[in-house]
Amino acid sequence: MKALLLQKANKQLPRKTFVEIVKQMWLRDKWLYVLLIPGVLYFLVFRYAPMYGIIIAFKNYVPYLGITESSWVGLDHFTAFFSSPDFLRLLGNTLWISFLSIAIAFPAPIFLAILLNEVRFALYKKFVQTCIYIPHFLSWTIVVGLTHLLFSINGGVIVEMVETIFGIRINFLAEPEWFRPMIILQGIWKGTGWGTIIFLAALANVSSEQYEAAIVDGAGRFRRIWHITLPAIRGTVVIMLILTMGNVLSTGFDQIFLMTNSLNRSVADVFDTYVYNVGITRGSYSYSTAVGLFKSIVGIILILTTDFIAKKVDKESGLF
Amino acid sequence: MSDMHKLHNTKPGRVFDLINVIFLAVAAIVTLLPFIYVVAGSFATESELARRAFFIIPETFTLEAYRYIFTSEAFIRSIVITIGVTAVGTAVQLFFTFTMAYPLAKRALRGRKLLINIVIFAMLFSGGMIPTFLVVQGLGLIDTYWALILPNAINPFNLIIIKNFFQNFSVELEESAKIDGASEIGIFWRIVLPLSKPIIATFALFYAVAIWNDFMSPLLYLNDSSKWTLQLLLRQVTISSDPNALGNLDPDYVPPAEGMKLAIIVIATLPIMMVYPFLQKHFAKGLLIGSVKG
Repeated sequence: MKALLLQKANKQLPRKTFVEIVKQMWLRDKWLYVLLIPGVLYFLVFRYAPMYGIIIAFKNYVPYLGITESSWVGLDHFTAFFSSPDFLRLLGNTLWISFLSIAIAFPAPIFLAILLNEVRFALYKKFVQTCIYIPHFLSWTIVVGLTHLLFSINGGVIVEMVETIFGIRINFLAEPEWFRPMIILQGIWKGTGWGTIIFLAALANVSSEQYEAAIVDGAGRFRRIWHITLPAIRGTVVIMLILTMGNVLSTGFDQIFLMTNSLNRSVADVFDTYVYNVGITRGSYSYSTAVGLFKSIVGIILILTTDFIAKKVDKESGLF
Repeated sequence: MSDMHKLHNTKPGRVFDLINVIFLAVAAIVTLLPFIYVVAGSFATESELARRAFFIIPETFTLEAYRYIFTSEAFIRSIVITIGVTAVGTAVQLFFTFTMAYPLAKRALRGRKLLINIVIFAMLFSGGMIPTFLVVQGLGLIDTYWALILPNAINPFNLIIIKNFFQNFSVELEESAKIDGASEIGIFWRIVLPLSKPIIATFALFYAVAIWNDFMSPLLYLNDSSKWTLQLLLRQVTISSDPNALGNLDPDYVPPAEGMKLAIIVIATLPIMMVYPFLQKHFAKGLLIGSVKG
């Protein structure tokens, strides 16, 4: 019986040539393939052609010669970058900003989400949420523009307030030691409200019965937060932290670029803005591509590593 | 429930509630205050802006700043350009994303896995700023508005979310249409798209806000300042504090240097605020279904 079925199956599946398979695919799904054309072209031209263009990091790219004709230089651009004083300065600046935002800006939405979760009037909670989500949708140009108005040395309200209270006039926008605090402050203002969403979603899964049972058992407010709220978001916190760690080299181009000026440049330059300044402004295409490639490769290693750890922590999470 | 009320009404419970409500009110106010100041200041006179560091109601109400920016050719041009690029760009990006997402949702399609992996790899790794710039330059797109639209035509995260949405789409509906003799493209156009209006609207908002707010593409690809979008002009006015950014044809007229900064911020924020209620509703959902698994 089994042999018969197998024989039958073999008869029904005569060996097809490649052309026949393609033909059959095309007849069955031709319109689906037609629909794919614009998207596939997009990925080839704007995503994969630039990946091919990365080879200029190993060449001395001269625009009129083109990519293929330009001469190979091996790892010269990389060694030049690693041995230049810029490398350690960029790495330091980037890691400082990432470290500060993980230490200060990262816990802020967790704290705010816990407080929002304790609000008993649904309408008030909704009102606060509506207000604090707004900055997320504004461009960095607007956020930095607002910062320049409020922190301007010429009559900015914050500068005036600080002078009244502490008796010192601080130029927040120009003094290098204020650059990092300003970046973190802007990040908190723009992102904290929106950041609460993911934690509030985790808290929405906690049944109110758990809280009621705790109340019956005589647990006070802080004990309920400690024993119910915090465990409920612990998984999310760990995952978010790990994913943030995976992005430590990506400090966001727009914000840093717009906040940089000639006075704070020494502490402001990070990998992304450096690539722009050296590559686009000064035209060192090959060298800046090498810098960008270094950042991308470290970034991909960090993301895959942290994704691996995230999966170990919680099977459901992880990016891929 | 009665227990809950009883315990909430204990003294420490009420104190906590009060502090919490006040703290959250402060958070909301800190978020809103800069906007209130900017709106109020945009209607104030230059002398009041110079004299008072902060206020939420101007003493003298004036439209001078708006009158000035709306007579500025540079401003009007940048607004028209930005609206045009946002409208065309949103349509183009929706077209590219939806046409690709639909076939990728068909599990039986040959080559589907490979294409999905190509998309996912592009999320992880990119050519970077300079090689992408060279491609755009090579295509002759520098100083054209296509440079603001095409390099971002598909956001891979959006693509995967839409693909997942189509995967859950009713198969029976499509099967019955097939029996009636409709082609795949006919099904996509006449059945699938009309039934996907909510998700199309959501992603139209995603893309429109991203284009409106885009700073990096115009910075990279537009050298000609007569082609500037609003974000670049905004930077020139508010951050670089260039008093001539908006031009001034009349030598006797002193432009409202502070007021124009505030007014242009108000104008650049206005469209975002207008769609904000929809954004809040849809983005929150989008964020939570933002899983890349397929």
